[in-house]
Amino acid sequence: MARTKDHLGRPVVAVTGIGVVTSLGIGKKDNWAALTSGRSGIHPITRFPVDHMNTRIAGTVDFLGSSDKGATALTYELAETSAREALDEAGFTNGHFAGPLFLASPPVEMDWHDRFALYNSVSEPEGYQRLLTVGRNLQTHEIFESTQFGSIADRLADRFGTQGLPVTLSTACASGATAIQLGVEAIQRGETDRAIAIGADGSATAEALIRFSLLSALSTSNDNPERASKPFSKDRDGFVLAEGSAALVLESLESAEARGATILGIMRGCGERADDFHRTRSKPDGSPAIAAVKAALADAGLRDDEIDYVNAHGTSTPENDKMEHLSLSTVFGERIRSIPVSSNKSMIGHTLSAAGAIEAAFSLLTMREGVIPPTINYDNPDPAIELDVVPNVKREAKVRTVLSNSFGFGGQNTCLVMAREPV
Amino acid sequence: MSARDVVITGIGLVSSLGEGADAHWQKLSVPGVKPVVDEARYAPYTVHPLPEIDWSLQIAKRGDQRQMENWQRLGTYTAGLALDDAGVKGDEALCSTMDMIVAAGGGERDEAVDQGILDASATRNDRDVLLNEKLTTELRPTLFLAQLSNLLAGNISIVHKVTGSSRTFMGEEGAGISAVETAAARIRSGRSTHALVGGAFQTEHSDMLLAYELAGYLHRGAWKSVWERKRSEGGGVVTGSGAAFLVLESREHAQKRGRDVYAALGPVASGRHQRSGDGLSTAVTDLVRATGIPAGRLLALSGASGAHAATAAEKAALAAAGEIAVRGVSTVTGHLKEAQFPFAIALAALAVKNRAGYPAFDGANEPAFDGAPEAALATAIGYHRFEGAALISRA
Repeated sequence: MARTKDHLGRPVVAVTGIGVVTSLGIGKKDNWAALTSGRSGIHPITRFPVDHMNTRIAGTVDFLGSSDKGATALTYELAETSAREALDEAGFTNGHFAGPLFLASPPVEMDWHDRFALYNSVSEPEGYQRLLTVGRNLQTHEIFESTQFGSIADRLADRFGTQGLPVTLSTACASGATAIQLGVEAIQRGETDRAIAIGADGSATAEALIRFSLLSALSTSNDNPERASKPFSKDRDGFVLAEGSAALVLESLESAEARGATILGIMRGCGERADDFHRTRSKPDGSPAIAAVKAALADAGLRDDEIDYVNAHGTSTPENDKMEHLSLSTVFGERIRSIPVSSNKSMIGHTLSAAGAIEAAFSLLTMREGVIPPTINYDNPDPAIELDVVPNVKREAKVRTVLSNSFGFGGQNTCLVMAREPV
Repeated sequence: MSARDVVITGIGLVSSLGEGADAHWQKLSVPGVKPVVDEARYAPYTVHPLPEIDWSLQIAKRGDQRQMENWQRLGTYTAGLALDDAGVKGDEALCSTMDMIVAAGGGERDEAVDQGILDASATRNDRDVLLNEKLTTELRPTLFLAQLSNLLAGNISIVHKVTGSSRTFMGEEGAGISAVETAAARIRSGRSTHALVGGAFQTEHSDMLLAYELAGYLHRGAWKSVWERKRSEGGGVVTGSGAAFLVLESREHAQKRGRDVYAALGPVASGRHQRSGDGLSTAVTDLVRATGIPAGRLLALSGASGAHAATAAEKAALAAAGEIAVRGVSTVTGHLKEAQFPFAIALAALAVKNRAGYPAFDGANEPAFDGAPEAALATAIGYHRFEGAALISRA
């Protein structure tokens, strides 16, 4: 019988349901098959015209009903789709989940198509007053809801019968990991036996692409989309914007075992630390990321030599990959050369608010399947980054524990430690 | 009394009334406070505007100020006031271990660029191409960072060195409710010893008004108290620019460093009940009772927005919950959205600390409260969704 309390006396938190959607497809099965065969989901953008744009590729999810209906509608559908898969797997299919919901999703803004439509529906007054005048006479709430930051989570709460006021959060590119952390903490505090954490991002609009482009964050390898995301390579030139979602059903081990649920993995620990150096750059000595990794290990009650695999943040930007290597080599020392470290983003791109959740889902699958997904497009290694990135081809390996990193703009650093089995 | 009780040791406030916790107490604790409103600038809408602020008092570097728009400046500034008030600011050991949860919406878009695009769209059919053409050439690259929700927290880390953790919650009033609820629960469980929590809202931007008005929520015409807008044109909400940040600590942590305490924060009750139908009032009564309100006359700092359905339901709910002397915070500050709940908690804590209630902000609708409050209730019943309440009591 496994221990149901961890080294700090808190309830052990198990994962009993996983759902995933990325540009590689809907569901764990398709995603895992693509991921382990080294397939890229990055492609030329067809959702909107790309005239005048420096970057014309992305990992958009183009195969859902809401794929052309704007960021709010697509983010909802992505979240709903992965949550349904996770809840079905966990056996909560009746729409009465009755645990809290933590949603990582992008900040919302009124869609430009709605702006255009409202503005051009009348010809006066001039200026900003026109949208306000048209707005207050609208007969439906659809556009209004797309501007409310709480609306997606509220709809999900209705759909799945979650408990209480749902939390919507953003910690930029670490959001998905933060959503999981909030769910884990709620169970550890004994407030609930179960929670659902979702990371969803369907915000690859023209404006989003332009904004990241203006910050020189994106790859411009437009002619070879599938090879554009090349984490840890010498010629990496930015990340590839992408969409997707993942949902995890989190449950106290005690409650999961009591109802005979299949334990898919254990959330061992979470660590975080904010960086006070710069809005988009990390402190040169990597100390906040290092502190986040160490905090996650300490929270998990594991030594650094007990980590079998690192699911890297690995964005393929010059800055991130260098900094991530610095922090990993500081924490793990010489041993980092022999720990497999791979980046799912080489295939699915950077799914922003969803990334931490998707990569946690893939980390759990890595342990269960005994297969490490590769870092693809690794043909030109960066000599300054000496890592075993599981280059280009998947690897079979017994993986008992994973560290998953998430680092974001605004000094966000969140790390998760997961284990295959309870102790 | 427990070592892990959550106590409030720092308050930062900015509203149209001014800045600072004590300045707000001084203005609001004497009868006849006059709301500061601007009825002309966004007519037919009234707003409570930002007061004059010297940003450099809390954001020393010009470079940092330039990287933000007013929403982030306001939040970063007010967070600094709270840290100062708690004696935390500049204390590296305390700031580097301090947790942070910010309740945030989004920052300001470039109104001139957007208007230029809309104007040009009247004569163009290829609007998607127009959008690319304009945005790629006219957007200021760093403006994106001033708009990102989590970059208010990011700026607080940079300017005030709060780095223990950084989380940003979104979702209008609900974000402020969950932020306080989560920060307090973490302290109560021993996971955290001290936390900065709060939010800011900068209403003086057309998009910030539009996000209410797309469902017709804004009050139109002359200013009225939050309880008196039902028969006026529009949806009842008058917005304001303002911010509220709280420093929360475990009792033990505050005692160890010898800090004065404003008040203790009880468990936060929260929910999500439909605004349509009759059930909201009963749900709010239950919510208020769940905070553990004492018997007898109770002072309540209500975050009511003025939105017709939610405000009427809250009024009825408070009347049903007990003998409650309510004060409508929005009457004097305007609706502060994400900052609404932290602001109401701050005013409740000030009353408990100063052992006096507030005179009615609206004499026609708010009964008198005499004597020294042992406790005060704070509520935020969202204009469109989500609601929360907490009891603040003598520490």
